[in-house]
Amino acid sequence: MADATTLQPGTRRQMLAEFWFYFRENRGAVIGLWVFLTLVVLAVLAPLIAPHGPTIQNRDALLLPPFWQEGGRSAYLLGTDAIGRDILTRLLYGARFSLFIGVVVVAIALVGGVVLGLLAGFFGGWVDTVIMRVMDVILAFPSLLLALVLVAVLGPGLLNAMIAIALVLQPHFARLTRAAVMAEKNREYVMAARVAGAGRMRLMFRTILPNCLAPLIVQGTLSFSNAILDAAALGFLGMGAQPPTPEWGTMLAEAREFILSAWWVVTFPGLAILITVLAINLMGDGLRDALDPKLKRS
Amino acid sequence: MALLDIRNLTVAFDTATGPFKAVDGIDITVAAHEVLAIVGESGSGKSVSMLAVMGLLPDTAKVTADKMEFNGQNLATMTPVERRRIIGREITMIFQEPMASLNPCYTVGFQIEEVLRLNLGLDARAARARAVELFTAVGIPDPAGRLDSYPHQMSGGQCQRVMIAIAIACKPKLLIADEPTTALDVTIQKQILDLLMTLQEEQGMGLILITHDMGVVAETADRVVVQYKGRKMEEADVVSLFEAPKNQYTRALMSALPENATGKRLSTVADFMANEANA
Amino acid sequence: MIRLILGKLAYMLPTFFGITIVAFGFVRVLPGDPVLLMAGERGLSPERYKEMLAQLGFDRPLWAQYVEFLNRVLHGDLGTSLVTKKPVLGEFLTLFPATVELALCAIILATVIGIPAGILAAIKRGSWFDQLSMGTALVGYSMPIFWWGLLLIIFFSGTLGWTPVSGRISLIYFFPDTTGFMLIDSLLSGQKGAFASALSHLILPTIVLATIPLAVIARQTRSAMLEVLGEDYVRTARAKGLSPSRVIGVHALRNAMIPVITTIGLQVGVLMAGAILTETIFSWPGIGKWMVDSISRRDYPVVQGGLLLIAAIVMIVNLIVDLLYGFINPRIRHS
Repeated sequence: MADATTLQPGTRRQMLAEFWFYFRENRGAVIGLWVFLTLVVLAVLAPLIAPHGPTIQNRDALLLPPFWQEGGRSAYLLGTDAIGRDILTRLLYGARFSLFIGVVVVAIALVGGVVLGLLAGFFGGWVDTVIMRVMDVILAFPSLLLALVLVAVLGPGLLNAMIAIALVLQPHFARLTRAAVMAEKNREYVMAARVAGAGRMRLMFRTILPNCLAPLIVQGTLSFSNAILDAAALGFLGMGAQPPTPEWGTMLAEAREFILSAWWVVTFPGLAILITVLAINLMGDGLRDALDPKLKRS
Repeated sequence: MALLDIRNLTVAFDTATGPFKAVDGIDITVAAHEVLAIVGESGSGKSVSMLAVMGLLPDTAKVTADKMEFNGQNLATMTPVERRRIIGREITMIFQEPMASLNPCYTVGFQIEEVLRLNLGLDARAARARAVELFTAVGIPDPAGRLDSYPHQMSGGQCQRVMIAIAIACKPKLLIADEPTTALDVTIQKQILDLLMTLQEEQGMGLILITHDMGVVAETADRVVVQYKGRKMEEADVVSLFEAPKNQYTRALMSALPENATGKRLSTVADFMANEANA
Repeated sequence: MIRLILGKLAYMLPTFFGITIVAFGFVRVLPGDPVLLMAGERGLSPERYKEMLAQLGFDRPLWAQYVEFLNRVLHGDLGTSLVTKKPVLGEFLTLFPATVELALCAIILATVIGIPAGILAAIKRGSWFDQLSMGTALVGYSMPIFWWGLLLIIFFSGTLGWTPVSGRISLIYFFPDTTGFMLIDSLLSGQKGAFASALSHLILPTIVLATIPLAVIARQTRSAMLEVLGEDYVRTARAKGLSPSRVIGVHALRNAMIPVITTIGLQVGVLMAGAILTETIFSWPGIGKWMVDSISRRDYPVVQGGLLLIAAIVMIVNLIVDLLYGFINPRIRHS
């Protein structure tokens, strides 16, 4: 009986080994993983390795180009912005914000979506109808637009942006969980657990949920990158993190007026977003291949 | 001269653990008007060898043969274009899952008329008339009306009749039937087999019947090839095979027929494998 | 087929009411006094305050306000902009063609490149083309498009000087709004160079807006095609002796297009979200920029009306795609 609650530690290790075998097959996924780990390390160590303070304005070094261009200085490797802040430093600190946003948003969306999806799938009937209709309504709005309006209601700022994005991303988790629960609900192992007298909570969270994990993990990585992109977009529109926060999207918004005069203030923050999101998406593809044999074809 | 003459056919697939030989040095000959049965369990490479003849294997398969001739023409050295002039016209094939073998997005009429128009050059009206004739010949009721149906609107047996109609549309010299009745109800199985045998006789075509069912072999075949794990175990005409199987594996297959069961337990091929290992 | 349409409509109805509740509730949950918020920072005289309170209906119970709101919405009255004092619906209809033109061009570009690229990648699985195109697609999929737009401006408008930075057409041209689509209107006007100007303004925004749909469509086409190529009926088509182009172009493609069409339909929401960013970067006078501007100007009737209209349009387009899906997939049409 494949009851996940009674998995032996040995089988769990075996499953991990198998997962790692398939994940390693995908070269892009491994590269993505390394890039991501590097970003995490850089973010954690930012206060130690950053050459300057993230908000320190150096009046003698305004709009300096990167060190390899004429006029650049080696003290400011990637140049400075319009008020003399070191771009490399701000990028390193920005990594903290982006990864933090990703983690918090996915955590909120995952927990909220999973609970709603479990309730809808497990109880069915009017509970299901009400929950899924509300999800339909949320999904009827373009995600960025709804997040934007929510932030307008809650007031601009990083925390509100994260809440708004989590709310917008959450229906995907709810739908996925519900579908998985509906598929698993009538399988023999659930029946067996029910007959054995497992309570509803135990049945939902310990018996059914572990068997729906694979698609949730894949959706989680997808949402992680979406959260970073959307938060940056909100920052860019002036509705996310507020200056002088070194958030990448906000940095881009501040850099917009120098678009034709100082390419580096525009280029590097966006490149940082792209690399981060790309690394996570590469990992996501690898995870999907390794975890979900049904989706393995692409 | 044999209609189909294959010597030392080998098909290998590249896998993670090295090349795997699905077919290993098989010889097959079929005369015109002859019914040849290829018997074996699943995984014995019987379908793969015929797919190799048709050129339907994926690129990952490596096909080699000392000789692969159809009607005196060398299939192995042909260009793909030349080969397509034979495949679908002179050699045709029907498959195990009739429902899945028909395209769900097009009517069955489209799928048979396509062959008539493209392979025989009939115009739309002639193709439709011929399609009605073919549907009548394979015993589809209301043939003209059925042409506008989609595969999902027909039963499995009806779909296999459509597949057969498509297969005989170009009056082929050789029809390969790959487990044509396995996926069907028992009552329909008999009808489809009878239809195939009638058509084979009427049209005077060669027929290769791939099956795992010894009962089907006894009823239909002139000659039998027994295959096991990609190798040929035995080849004989049907009467001598059933009267005096020479090969041990053949005997194991025979004893696995329920009507040949002795004692309390039905023997299986696994018993044979165990014996072979002990020998 | 008619039953199918009616069924879908019946399913959409509760969602539509949900959308109206969200749009209605949006103004109500704003922190602070909604009238003062709407009035902005200049403040109000007490008389004007009372007048506005009554005019906006905020002095009545919540449910009555909602019924009133719904009634107005269903009669096509979405309120008046606080900034321009013009009806919201009228403003929307003036700006909407600009967004449609941009979105249509983007989705056409994405489809025209994405589908063939996906098909080719699937047929030549594992080849350099497959790896290159799917690698590019993943980069496109991961792209922060607001930055991508800025990069394109830096390069094509700045360094090369090929394309204009913003707007829909050069200011030297003036002609009446016949269709609202600048490409068509500029042709109709017969003015020399007008069409070229409209086109050059459209190119960069189209590329930016098409980036993510293009990546999604290419990836989805490839995986759908790979799946279909392994199906029995494709083997049958090859066994019939049909040419590879017919096997792929007729037998595989139609089946592979079924999930791809769904994907293209789902891009409508993505396009609307993308339009917000793209129109902001290129100062494209469409509803995306209108929404962003209205949010920062606190023009709440516009935000409310725009939210409602955009969601309704996304829903309608999704309905059309659903029906198209039934049309292309016989198994649904007959069930």
